[in-house]
Amino acid sequence: MLEHYTFSRRLFLSFNYVFLAFLGILCILPIIHVLALSFSSSNAAQAGYVKLWPVQFTLSSYDFVTHKAAFWKSIVVTLKRVGVGVPVNMLLTVLVAYPLAKETKKFPMRTFYAWVFVVTILFGGGLIPLYMTVKYTGIMDSLWAMILPGAVPVFNVILLLNFFRGLPKELEEAAFMDGAGHWTTLWRIYLPLSLPALATITLFATVGHWNSWFDGIIYMNSPDHYPLQSYLQTVVINRDLTLMSSSDMKSLAEVNDRTAKAAQIFLGALPILLVYPFLQRFFMKGIVLGSVKE
Amino acid sequence: MSWKKKSERLPLHLMILPGLVLVVVYCYGPMLGLVIAFEKFVPARGIFHSKWAGLDNFRYVLEMPESSRIIINTVLIALMKIVVGLVAPIVTALLLNEVRKEVFKRGIQTVIYLPHFLSWIILGGILIDILSPTDGIVNQVLGWFGIQPIYFLGDNGWFRYVLVATDTWKEFGFNTIVYLAALTSINPSLYEAAIVDGAGRWKQTQHVTLPGMMPIIVLLTTLSLGNVLNAGFDQVFNLYSPQVYESGDIIDTFVYRIGLVDSQFGVATAVGVFKSVVSLIFISASYYLAYRFAKYRIF
Repeated sequence: MLEHYTFSRRLFLSFNYVFLAFLGILCILPIIHVLALSFSSSNAAQAGYVKLWPVQFTLSSYDFVTHKAAFWKSIVVTLKRVGVGVPVNMLLTVLVAYPLAKETKKFPMRTFYAWVFVVTILFGGGLIPLYMTVKYTGIMDSLWAMILPGAVPVFNVILLLNFFRGLPKELEEAAFMDGAGHWTTLWRIYLPLSLPALATITLFATVGHWNSWFDGIIYMNSPDHYPLQSYLQTVVINRDLTLMSSSDMKSLAEVNDRTAKAAQIFLGALPILLVYPFLQRFFMKGIVLGSVKE
Repeated sequence: MSWKKKSERLPLHLMILPGLVLVVVYCYGPMLGLVIAFEKFVPARGIFHSKWAGLDNFRYVLEMPESSRIIINTVLIALMKIVVGLVAPIVTALLLNEVRKEVFKRGIQTVIYLPHFLSWIILGGILIDILSPTDGIVNQVLGWFGIQPIYFLGDNGWFRYVLVATDTWKEFGFNTIVYLAALTSINPSLYEAAIVDGAGRWKQTQHVTLPGMMPIIVLLTTLSLGNVLNAGFDQVFNLYSPQVYESGDIIDTFVYRIGLVDSQFGVATAVGVFKSVVSLIFISASYYLAYRFAKYRIF
């Protein structure tokens, strides 16, 4: 197809390229600025010399941050919650999605079960009752407080069950002919065919656990048990001086609060920035699979 | 069919059981916990042994001077976010659709999706730094044009707009994905027919592209109605301060402060009941409308 480029069309196209490039730059400039700050000397940061490139390059902010015990402790907590929470999320998502993907004719209780999950989208108890539930189930101040309340991500279940429903029914019937039961069919037929959807959901669950901070703050009694994002909340957003040891205070005077914050912000985002390019193609596919259904 | 036998369905029940138990405990448990709103709740006595308070907590909430303010703030901020959050991705998707250079398109997409994956802690930390009136880079740049420093996060005239703008920054790119998918599913022969009829690019956009996107636009518009009371706790909590309570304090942050900070559990839950019930109405209505107008079903 040969397109005829009129003057106004060419004008529009060049405007469009410039505008989109501007949008793209606008999205990452703040991140680059903070990255530049984190590698700059405190004097340069204070004087406002730092724009998009480090001024008087130094690693002292990173040195300061990586010598804080609380920082490393919080990373360990986050790794634990991702390491336990994501498999729990995935297991439950798969186990709930499979029965719900069955037709009502074949699994009459499906409608009832589906409603049990749908109601949780429509209505909820809110913050205080949830807090009390966590308290009364005895998981306060433990890793489980950050894992169990959100263990079944209903929207991920919906995404996966729609994917399951798109698979040809003949495969399942053939498996049953050959004597397979539901467990075998799920494990050997459904899961291997659903890798793109599973990858997307794993990504969402991982990013979700990595980024969660509020549950850590309300359920953990001591800052020692905070995951990274909750810890960052206390140092970057609400500076809580009680969390600092006296040696921290001393070295902070030498570093600069602003560059130290910038370094911690960047370190908190780093894992996501690292895996992001590899995961992009997965989630684009996965979202389309989940949202545009027949 | 061997399917019909009841025992064949046993594994299906077993599979769903663990998830069901957790949902019953941590989603339905709190729903029952809403009775706290009608009690003089004392955690040590528990939900069942605290004294009954009738509607006292609700009366107290209605008499608080903050009540109307937080509702107005919540609805205003949420509505602005809904409108901008719908328009910005649609426009961006249409503009991206006009780009023929794949590499450029990919690059822009990669960059604009990114903020979606960062938490409001990270983004909040970045925003607090760059929007600072004393040494933030934004005010520094505005200074080049002779503009006096603006305290974006501390000025009641600015705060709501900053919330809407920064929420758009985080989410608009990611939300283009669905629209771009809808665009690729438009039948190319429709464009060819339009060209034969003498339609230029703008006419094609008007008469082929937009109608092709309409179903998904209608769907997402109706579904977004369910968010009228969701002004975005994570964002507000990490950006606000007592100076901007007047324009930026929302239901969720208020519930957190009076509930978990001041330990007025009954009062906080009463506010929560209000939010849950009103949200139930709006979310149900949005799903019903989505079903009516876009044939959308959750399951």
